[in-house]
Amino acid sequence: MGPNLFANYYEAASMILFGIGFTTMLLHPNLIKKIIGLNIMETSVYLFLAAKAYIVDKLAPIVVNGDLSMETYINPIPGSLVLTGIVVSVSVTAISLSLVQRLYKKYKTLNIDEIMFKAGQEGE
Amino acid sequence: MPFIANFPFFCILITMAGGIITSMANGKWAFRINTVVVSATLVLNTSLLMFMIKTPQSITYMMGHYPAPWGNEIRFGPLEALMATIFSFVTLAALVCGKTEIFEDVKPKNLHYFYIMINLLLSSLFALIYTNDLFTAYVFVEINTISACAIVMAKESGKTLAATMRYLIMSSLGSGLFMLSIVLIYGITGHLLMVPMHDEIAHIVSAGLYKIPLTIMIGLVCVAMAIKSALFPFHTWLSHAHGSATTASSAILSGLVLKGYIILLIKFIVRVVGLETMVSFKVLNILFVFAVCAMIIGSLNAIKENHIKRMIAFSSVAQMGYIYIGISLGNVWGLVAACLHIIIHALTKPMLFSAAGGLACASGHKKTFDDLKGAAYRNPLAAFAFLIGSLSMIGIPLFAGFASKYYISMAAMETGSKMWITLFALAVSTVLNAIYYVKAIKVIFTKPEGAVVRYKNSKSYVFGMTLFIVTNILLGLFYQPVVNIIAKGIELL
Repeated sequence: MGPNLFANYYEAASMILFGIGFTTMLLHPNLIKKIIGLNIMETSVYLFLAAKAYIVDKLAPIVVNGDLSMETYINPIPGSLVLTGIVVSVSVTAISLSLVQRLYKKYKTLNIDEIMFKAGQEGE
Repeated sequence: MPFIANFPFFCILITMAGGIITSMANGKWAFRINTVVVSATLVLNTSLLMFMIKTPQSITYMMGHYPAPWGNEIRFGPLEALMATIFSFVTLAALVCGKTEIFEDVKPKNLHYFYIMINLLLSSLFALIYTNDLFTAYVFVEINTISACAIVMAKESGKTLAATMRYLIMSSLGSGLFMLSIVLIYGITGHLLMVPMHDEIAHIVSAGLYKIPLTIMIGLVCVAMAIKSALFPFHTWLSHAHGSATTASSAILSGLVLKGYIILLIKFIVRVVGLETMVSFKVLNILFVFAVCAMIIGSLNAIKENHIKRMIAFSSVAQMGYIYIGISLGNVWGLVAACLHIIIHALTKPMLFSAAGGLACASGHKKTFDDLKGAAYRNPLAAFAFLIGSLSMIGIPLFAGFASKYYISMAAMETGSKMWITLFALAVSTVLNAIYYVKAIKVIFTKPEGAVVRYKNSKSYVFGMTLFIVTNILLGLFYQPVVNIIAKGIELL
């Protein structure tokens, strides 16, 4: 297992980042840091995809000099998956940030526990 | 390929287009456009279901005419058509039922945003049901999350905003895990479409390769879907989000949004991994433990609750346990029971939420049991619906909820080791269900002191409620044809 881990250090690093992002998002009480955690988590998956897609000695999937053989180029799909994923994560980040803004205006704090406590005290 | 094969794609497209058109209308017109769009999907899906009943088959629809390993696909059979029909029906009835409350709870200038989100939500649900591509499923899972959060926070009180934040965080954790697992599966199999992925996984498993990675990613998909559909112990966000939102939102969220993910999970288990391979990985046993806990702990939480909508929300946690127990039994009849319970819960829970909304409206918008005393005399229609829904959820024979419990026990009989635990959990959970629903019914039907002021229900409420009551009673009496369609559908999935 040890040598594999070092040979695939990109993948190993992305899994560690995923763990960091996931725990931050789950456990940190500060809402802004939670959203940073969300972004770290999603970016780590893109790193994983990019690392998996790259193959040494192969070219980016752009046809040059009419060479159409599959062996010349890397697979373009992971790249497009990353792009789609970025679009999705941007929109989730946007909606979370606007929600945090609303909550901050109302409760003057970013701590989720305090917010839940104060919201629980309100009536219907 | 018959023309009717285009209908699933039309459903996704017109709901999305409906969202775009709605953005240009004001509140009242947004409601009208939305009703037309949802009714149109109901018609399309029902005709597809009729076609599927007549000639059961599984149709693969290529998007943009690119063949299998490259293009994007929609694939559907009787099960998908049935689910989509139920989903459009419930959305229609819940929106018509909750119209008055939506117009009270949402600011007039924001009304059309609410209906945009409903359209997007329905479109993403259809896509989750019909798609044959895991990455497309991921994108629509995210659209579903965002629009579900938006319809929770539409009420804009402090409570709903805080509840939405929690919901959004838990949902994003689930999406992150789902995306990671898709990427891992793609890394191993090299496919995103479900059917080629299945062939590749079968090949890998028979060669005895990648045992640990496969177990991990199947586990990740299960956990991701469990977080999103509020299986115990990931259920903490549910009671706040469903308890505080406006009535129609709560109805749609607990009736449909949770189910979309479960249908995706069932498709993943049957179509991607294969049921026998899935059983050999033993991930289902973990889901089984969670499901048993959910059935009991969800009901215990509901007993403690003094707020009618939060009580119904906790009851959803227990009902999710029923669905997951059906899935985790690991045989075909378990899946049939799970699908049957998805349909029954999708029809009953929105009715209960709408009924609770009606009872609360008749009691000055207060939702604790002290305030609801004698609400049945103020709003008999809502109380009658609440009674039927409760009896169905407890599992009294002749009501719909009984059928699914019966099928879950039948499926448990085939398993051996899991049989006794399942039957025991079913028995305990039924008793606990009875405790809190009977308590609620008793409070509502206690004759109040002093004069009774009848609450006048709006026409739309009466219409929507009648639709719910009639379908629920019919489903309770004639569940056999539905079971036949589901069984056929699982076979063709």
